[in-house]
Amino acid sequence: MTIYDLTMAELRTRLDSREISAVEVTNAYLDRITATGPDINTFITVCTDTAVAEAQAADQALAAGTAAPLTGLPIAVKDIFNATGIRTTCGSRILGNFISPYDATAIARIKEQRAVIIGKLNMDEFAMGSSNENSAFGPVRNPWNLTHVPGGSSGGSAACVSARQAAAALGTDTGGSIRQPASYCSVVGLKPTYGRVSRYGVVAYASSLDQVGPITRDVRDCALLLQAIAGYDPADSTSVNTPTPDYQASLTGDLQGLRIGMPQEYFIEGLDDDVRKALEQAAATYRDLGAEVIEVSLPHTAYAVACYYLIATAEASSNLARYDGVRYGLRADNAENLIDMYMQSRAAGFGAEVKRRIMLGTYALSSGYYDAYYLKAQKVRTLIRQDFLDAFEKVDTLLTPVAPTPAFALGEKVNDPLQMYLSDIYTIPANLAGTCAMSLPCGFSANGLPIGLQLIGKPFDEATLLHTAHAFEQATEWHQRKPEF
Amino acid sequence: MKITRAEVEHVSRLARLALSEAELDSLTGEMDAILDYVEQLKTLDTEGIVPTAHAVPMENAFRPDEIRPGFTPEQALANAPDVAESAFRVSRIIE
Repeated sequence: MTIYDLTMAELRTRLDSREISAVEVTNAYLDRITATGPDINTFITVCTDTAVAEAQAADQALAAGTAAPLTGLPIAVKDIFNATGIRTTCGSRILGNFISPYDATAIARIKEQRAVIIGKLNMDEFAMGSSNENSAFGPVRNPWNLTHVPGGSSGGSAACVSARQAAAALGTDTGGSIRQPASYCSVVGLKPTYGRVSRYGVVAYASSLDQVGPITRDVRDCALLLQAIAGYDPADSTSVNTPTPDYQASLTGDLQGLRIGMPQEYFIEGLDDDVRKALEQAAATYRDLGAEVIEVSLPHTAYAVACYYLIATAEASSNLARYDGVRYGLRADNAENLIDMYMQSRAAGFGAEVKRRIMLGTYALSSGYYDAYYLKAQKVRTLIRQDFLDAFEKVDTLLTPVAPTPAFALGEKVNDPLQMYLSDIYTIPANLAGTCAMSLPCGFSANGLPIGLQLIGKPFDEATLLHTAHAFEQATEWHQRKPEF
Repeated sequence: MKITRAEVEHVSRLARLALSEAELDSLTGEMDAILDYVEQLKTLDTEGIVPTAHAVPMENAFRPDEIRPGFTPEQALANAPDVAESAFRVSRIIE
């Protein structure tokens, strides 16, 4: 038995029976990170000392019989979550030395269960990117093929779980940033419904779209981690006060009577043949499992990318106004006056993609263009959301590709922002609609790169997503494959 | 052209973001291409459609107005680039 090959559920059994200790588990992962972390550049910060101390505390809880579901499990988190006393860079030079004075709610909740925070993960700067090439700390590599991207913006989170450098990870998803890297790295990633998980303490990118979620080895672990972080938080005024169901209980494997819709607009020109075949095979698997699979329509799909890149950049330009070199973050020392200090600090602190989005968002909100761009996009967002509500009158969940192609090569799209944006076409609509969606492994391309399928669920119905995903996972073996790493 | 170099320069001042000559050149082309792409939204009739600011319909979230623990001055200042006594220090703005 290799400790780092075990799922969280498998580790739970062995920790509870005292077959292994939390300190042994943490040390196994720390060794693994030392041996393999630098090759894929997954971690920005490894919390070696605090992780061992947290593991010791977990062992005490295990000895005292007060262990919770996550006690002693090493979890790595995207470097967008504030965690007290640890650096939070958000992948940016501008926050290169920022030490968090408080815990994000998602962090506080896993700490309450005595999980071990093993480190902070690489990401596209301010969560803006689809390839993890926009990090100030260098690109992350795909564990399945080191010349390819892991996806983004939670690229470090997906690569870390795939390379078995943590038992699970937390990411964030604004336009696909959990699901797309999960599919590129052959792991499970879930973006909950907007409002299901608190955003308190998570560095903001586009506040009406951002959502926190788990990235794990399999669906059971996904349910376990979602259970821990979901729920109302008075500190986030957009978190929704609705009960969190028992997600483990939804993993029954029985799909009789389930209706699955395949949106015709998602199976169009530009969809890679291997991805299309994997999705057709997944549909066949679902039929074999007793589900009814029918075609549905989401007529405004083609407008989603344009809509997203106006709304997200507008919100980003507003959110990122706070990085001004006054209260925290990088300050340029060559400024002539206060305004120049703002301008020079931001010029020195932000990378190219962040600058591009701030500029686009500022333009879309500027005098004379607001109605034509931002307001128009918000109206189109209503149409896109309505598409989903209409489809969910007919089906329980949607089955779609996660991305048009498997992982692309490092450098392939860096010089063409629009092409990069278009790779998010299948993930963005769920963020605009505010509903839940997840990615799970469903095959490999001819050249050995992972392919994921996406399930999109009704708002606040993560239980059906997990149920539908779990049944597929039980019937296939894709999730058991590991990169030779 | 959807956007000119002069407009990009103006937006950079609105965004408080200094850009080099090379950045102004490349951003003009990139923003033009992106704005050209988003132009397709104009083909949709959105007459009478209510804009969505937020995907989950919500009322205002209120909390009791009561004193709660916050950061100490030391915590609040710990990440500041420049500090004087218990304040953030910036360059003089009034001559």
